[in-house]
Amino acid sequence: MMTSTKKTYPLYAPGTHVSTKDIKEKSKTYSWWEPEVQYSWALGTAMSRFLHELKNGKIIGRTCKNCDRVIVPPRMFCEYCYKPTDEWVYLEDTGTIETFSISYLDSDARRIKKPILIGVISIDGASPQHGFMHYFDEMSKDEIHIGMKVKAVWKPEKERTGAITDIKYFKPLKGGGK
Amino acid sequence: MRKVAVVGAGMTLFRRRLQETGKELSFLATKMAMEDTSIEKKDIDMVVMGSAPDAFDGIHMKGENLIDGAAGTDKPYVRVFNGGGTGVFAPIAGWWHVASGVADVALVVCEEKMSSCFPHPQTAFRHIWDPILDRPLNPNLVWLFAMEMNRYMNVHNIKKEDIAEVAVKNKRNAVGHPCAQLADANITVEDVLNSEVMAWPVQRLDISPPSDGASALILCSEEVASKYSQDPVWIDGVGWNIDSTMWTNRDLYFPRYVANAAKMAYKMAKIENPRKEIDFAEPYDPFDYKELHHMEGLLLCDKGEAPILTREGVTQRDGDLPICPSGGLLGVGNPIAATMGQKVCELYWQLSGKAGKRQVPGDPQVGVGQAWGDIMQMGTVIVMKRG
Repeated sequence: MMTSTKKTYPLYAPGTHVSTKDIKEKSKTYSWWEPEVQYSWALGTAMSRFLHELKNGKIIGRTCKNCDRVIVPPRMFCEYCYKPTDEWVYLEDTGTIETFSISYLDSDARRIKKPILIGVISIDGASPQHGFMHYFDEMSKDEIHIGMKVKAVWKPEKERTGAITDIKYFKPLKGGGK
Repeated sequence: MRKVAVVGAGMTLFRRRLQETGKELSFLATKMAMEDTSIEKKDIDMVVMGSAPDAFDGIHMKGENLIDGAAGTDKPYVRVFNGGGTGVFAPIAGWWHVASGVADVALVVCEEKMSSCFPHPQTAFRHIWDPILDRPLNPNLVWLFAMEMNRYMNVHNIKKEDIAEVAVKNKRNAVGHPCAQLADANITVEDVLNSEVMAWPVQRLDISPPSDGASALILCSEEVASKYSQDPVWIDGVGWNIDSTMWTNRDLYFPRYVANAAKMAYKMAKIENPRKEIDFAEPYDPFDYKELHHMEGLLLCDKGEAPILTREGVTQRDGDLPICPSGGLLGVGNPIAATMGQKVCELYWQLSGKAGKRQVPGDPQVGVGQAWGDIMQMGTVIVMKRG
């Protein structure tokens, strides 16, 4: 039988709670600072081509012959077999919803009334469960489901900039739904 | 490798905002761990600091900033960080300091102040998303967990009611914890299911709150353990493993990297059948479904079986396999790295019979703690045994 004590550890809980009221009334002392910084990221070999093709209204991937994978988003090397990937291959702009969320939060965790439909689409022509995150629309929060067939809705060609947002969202693929 | 003992532990109050600075919180947790033994700063050979993104604090390289509070000045000192995995990875780093023979006594301190960041710590989390593929979509980190939870529910046909049982259990377990931020003796499954929908299927009470806090742990070699403790607890196995950031290229229903980390730790601890040999567990529970996901990753049950065990009461403190007897992140709070307090300090308190109101009955001999982090990639696992 081990030594058992009636005391509960930790024996005490040091720290001073500050309430929202304390902050608003500045009853405790705080300092404030707002960083000003910008970044410009180099896109690299694989992403440059991927985004260029999005601008053309096409989704492109890379093959890894060693792993028998068609990879999207593409990269120039395979993280699993650690060999250079082999060839560029155009994929469909259709796919399947692997998972999704109905979000009432914006990116700063502020509440929003009209929910954002967001999820992961596995892209047709790529290996199973190979795809990317994007928005869904032209479907209600009651209609969206895992396994739903979807198709990309592209921005007009003139408005495309070579970004993931050149696809506006994915909509239900007519005749392809469950 | 040398055997490594845990001889002292400490943690601060966990709250949405604490008045103390990160240095002061580190000092308070460390002071408590030192009081648990007769160890003073001069006895500590090396220090490991665990703390999550600098972006929370707006202080770049905050490991260096926190050093004074962590008894690290004039000593070998290192900060480790792998997101939410840090709370178990920092003691793993402390373990290798001692196991390797370079230190006899190592102090591990974990600190987090999430309250410094405005308008919300979520704003800092935006900076962990891929800048090219994800950030143009203005993501919120909760989306990730919502999508993982939905996939897990879909593959195993799990009901939200069964997942909500985890939040209820942990918030009730936290009632006996002096540091707890969200203990609630009266919470029900209906409360969880009726709480605000944040990003379906994640609702407000499915999720642990942002917190400020710190925790500390003192580790030492077998050679000096008897000098500092009558009833040390031993670190018998450690494991860590990480998958790619390309999270849209794998099935999210099972955390393979947690299973890899668990296998590494169990092999070291000579555990062949974790279900039989492990008496209780502290899997990482920032969301209620994560406890279930991680029980499966820790190989404590079959894939999809964790919700059934939970529904049947097996994971209650007095059940056959108590899970999160501390109250977990859902009940005690989630200051990212400082959750070492629930995931590792709690193992020490439970295995040395010091958990008082939270004590798991039946003299538990073996416990496992686990944390998880980055873009659903990182698993960190520690196995501890009563001496």
